[in-house]
Amino acid sequence: MVTPQFVMYEEEYQRIAAVCERLCRDANANVVFLVDKNGQLLASAGQTDNLDTTSLASLTAGNIAATGGLAKLIGEKEFSILFHEGERDNLHISIVGGRVILVVIFDSRSSLGLVRLRVKRASGELEAILEALTQKIQDPAAGSPFAEITDEDIDNLFND
Amino acid sequence: MSFINYSSREINCKIVYYGPGLCGKTTNLQYIYAKTNPEAKGKMISLATETERTLFFDFLPLSLGEIRGFKTRFHLYTVPGQVFYDASRKLILKGVDGVVFVADSQIERMEANLESMENLRVNLAEQGYDLNKIPYVVQYNKRDLPNAASIEELHRLINPGNVPEFQSIASTGWGVFDTLKAIAKLVLQELKKGR
Ligand SMILES: Nc1nc2c(ncn2[C@@H]2O[C@H](COP(=O)(O)OP(=O)(O)O)[C@@H](O)[C@H]2O)c(=O)[nH]1
Ligand SMILES: [Mg+2]
Repeated sequence: MVTPQFVMYEEEYQRIAAVCERLCRDANANVVFLVDKNGQLLASAGQTDNLDTTSLASLTAGNIAATGGLAKLIGEKEFSILFHEGERDNLHISIVGGRVILVVIFDSRSSLGLVRLRVKRASGELEAILEALTQKIQDPAAGSPFAEITDEDIDNLFND
Repeated sequence: MSFINYSSREINCKIVYYGPGLCGKTTNLQYIYAKTNPEAKGKMISLATETERTLFFDFLPLSLGEIRGFKTRFHLYTVPGQVFYDASRKLILKGVDGVVFVADSQIERMEANLESMENLRVNLAEQGYDLNKIPYVVQYNKRDLPNAASIEELHRLINPGNVPEFQSIASTGWGVFDTLKAIAKLVLQELKKGR
């Protein structure tokens, strides 16, 4: 298949989550989350309790995919930063390492300038972690936890 | 491309419902949504026009239970069927793990079915996927309509590769879960193979 399976391990997850937490604090943001380009949520930080993060992740990926399509049509490679301004909350969306999407939700307690600055630093760190993750996934010894599931395991899912 | 998360102990897979406009893709997802326990589903999102035609996609996150301590989560998407939304369809196929092709059984929609299937093949190939190799099932929908073609005819035209096929009436739900289970199973079996 074209792209290998995407895997997240506990160690990298902890490091990614820590970067998101810090970004959320340093940028005075309400929420930070990281999504892969296929719409899967990787990590989130901040006030996510009343937020439907699964939907947010899917729509963010759709948004990036659509603007990426627009970019190609006008001869750009991709728009690496998107900014949506609302009455109260704003969305700052950026692409990290060409493959994941970093989203920052902030209000008037912060500013676009501050968010941009902090995102820049966090992106560098995230890129390094993702690179390490990619190495790990490609290691042939990594193996899949699903290599040993049986047809029975699968059937059991549907026994209702 | 499935996503295995050791940290949250989840496995996420993406399934796309493909097919010509008005064949019943959105109706499949609406039925699944309506019949699934609240704790097993997220919000269903429909990016539709004012006339209820799918504009970009429908999206429904679903949990099917656990395998070996991992929660299995499926993200179901539909594509907009109209010919002129091809750019959107390509985007939605990114990272797909399994495809359900929903055919409209009505005789006069046969050409639209074939055109859509060819479009699926081409769009998948553009992303480096081979329709003959990925988890793939076919659903013959609208079996209740008087102008529905025979199953033999549909099979011959739409399913020459002899993949799992299902009859359905999505508007009443008949066949909808059989189809979903079949594709989910194929996707999980693929995972078992490794990648
Ligand atoms: N008679 C009949 N109508 C159906 C069936 N499935 C869907 N429909 C109707 O067909 C129309 C188009 O369905 P929709 O799900 O929006 O099609 P989509 O374009 O593939 O998403 C709607 O009016 C549905 O109620 C079916 O099995 N039988
Ligand atoms: Mg639709």
